Amino acid sequence: MTTVSSAEHTRRDFLYIATAAVGAVGAAAVLVPLVAQMNPDASTIAAGAPIEVDLAPIADGQIIKVFWRSKPIFISHRSKAEIAAAQKVALNELPDPEPDADRVKQGHDQWLVVIGICTHLGCIPLAHQGEYDGWFCPCHGSQYDTAGRIRKGPAPKNLPLPPYKFVSDTKIQIG
Amino acid sequence: MSGNSTYQPQSKVLQWFEKRLPIGGLMHSSFVAYPTPRNLNYWWTFGGILSFMLGVQIITGIVLAMHYTPHVDLAFKSVETIMRDVNFGWLIRYSHAYGASMFFFAVYIHMFRGLYYGSYKEPREVLWILGVIIYLLMMATGFMGYVLVWGQMSFWAATVITNLFSAIPGIGETLVAWLWGGYAVGNPTLNRFFSLHYLLPFVIAGVVILHVWALHVCGQNNPAGIEPKSDKDSVPFTPFATSKDAFGIACFLILYAWFVFYIPGYLLNGDNYIPANPSVTPAEIVPEWYYLPFYAILRSIPNKLMGVMALFGSIGILAFLPWLDTSRVRSARYRPVFRQFFWLFVIACIGLGWLGTKPPEGVYVVLSRLLTFYYFAFFIIVLPLLGIFEKTKPLPNSISESVLGAKA
Repeated sequence: MTTVSSAEHTRRDFLYIATAAVGAVGAAAVLVPLVAQMNPDASTIAAGAPIEVDLAPIADGQIIKVFWRSKPIFISHRSKAEIAAAQKVALNELPDPEPDADRVKQGHDQWLVVIGICTHLGCIPLAHQGEYDGWFCPCHGSQYDTAGRIRKGPAPKNLPLPPYKFVSDTKIQIG
Repeated sequence: MSGNSTYQPQSKVLQWFEKRLPIGGLMHSSFVAYPTPRNLNYWWTFGGILSFMLGVQIITGIVLAMHYTPHVDLAFKSVETIMRDVNFGWLIRYSHAYGASMFFFAVYIHMFRGLYYGSYKEPREVLWILGVIIYLLMMATGFMGYVLVWGQMSFWAATVITNLFSAIPGIGETLVAWLWGGYAVGNPTLNRFFSLHYLLPFVIAGVVILHVWALHVCGQNNPAGIEPKSDKDSVPFTPFATSKDAFGIACFLILYAWFVFYIPGYLLNGDNYIPANPSVTPAEIVPEWYYLPFYAILRSIPNKLMGVMALFGSIGILAFLPWLDTSRVRSARYRPVFRQFFWLFVIACIGLGWLGTKPPEGVYVVLSRLLTFYYFAFFIIVLPLLGIFEKTKPLPNSISESVLGAKA
């Protein structure tokens, strides 16, 4: 067979490109299930349904830890001193500025609910430790205040707030 | 050398086979007749040692997988079963765990040797980059293997390392959930790590074949850093390199066996004998010793994204080494100034490793930052400038002259 090269586009060029394009689309389509199978599966998502937590047994100044979606949630019953300490901080002193009022639900100043995962690399900070008496992360030394806001160390952000609402005065629903 | 013999099998059967698949000839030209520089020292035996260790890890690993259960409720227990109940399980597991340490120990010597003698320079750039890829694969494999034990350190190492990817702006959180297969490190994570931990060593073996192939295309570098010019400059691989490598492996095995049989707990972290607990982070998180310098670099930078970039950058920069080092002279023997910066670099790496074990506070932070600066400055500032300003010593005319003196 002789090969005739021509500057003109031929039907053969069209067939080559069309074949390659169909092949590429097919390969990309195969990737979808192969990649998607690694995402959280249906049972994991189902197990992540909202939970209710009774706040009544939590004493003044106590911090409890509950699990929602395999994540630790800190529920802090803040004392008057802790609330005052969190409220009086000037916003320009904070690496991730957020007033205390935005960290709690209105009228429930004493309840702080945060996801207890250090925003640096995911360790669980220790309660009532560090220079700000909030949380201290043992892994890389990040320090959080009594509103769960980052004050010092490598973590870039405040402890995130989970979606939650007060069902009654002493009960919250997380999720 | 005078051994450019070709492979001619005596037996009729082998001749028949050779005509159909010339594998005998390939082995003969690669590992028997292959010319090696006559001046190679014992630092050149670590390639053979590394191949040997890869074999040890694959064999012990396959055996361990026969007794291991990759499930969050059973993994820790199955490892203890291997240690207590399985016949010789303690020996196989310690050999595998220390095998990883010895593997990294050997690879660091191999890499520093390449750096000292300029083995990454033209025409060996691809050879060097393949080595960097093997090293990256080794790090991933070692990390995932450590997670399989499912003790406290395993769990929290998995959490911290996977969270490195959450620093990527925009897609970070989605990517991490995809890596986990859940909302946190859990059973899906353990399962996929087991699958990949089994896969990657074979990928490493594949890249090792490319690495050796590239080596045999360019030929080996040598302590003089000049190419062989005549037959007098090289000797055949067998018996010279083969026996030297075998002796190196034997010495290396003594050290390895001393760890396995006499101080089996020396490098293992006590916290990893506590089953994984997702609700409590251990008071101190320390990675295995072979990751410590990079851990110190990560911690020395007070910004998350920058810290993660420095961590990956400190490994990635190795791939650019052939172009960052502008000097034409390969061996540090003839580069007096480079030699001093090289040893400072070795000290900086060991220093960073030591700092990785220290809490991230006070003087340790300052030291980590200084050494991290030097680590990068060595590649980005020192190496490019030295090629321009350094006055190198005269190179010998040939390898045999460097060995025998001018009388050759």
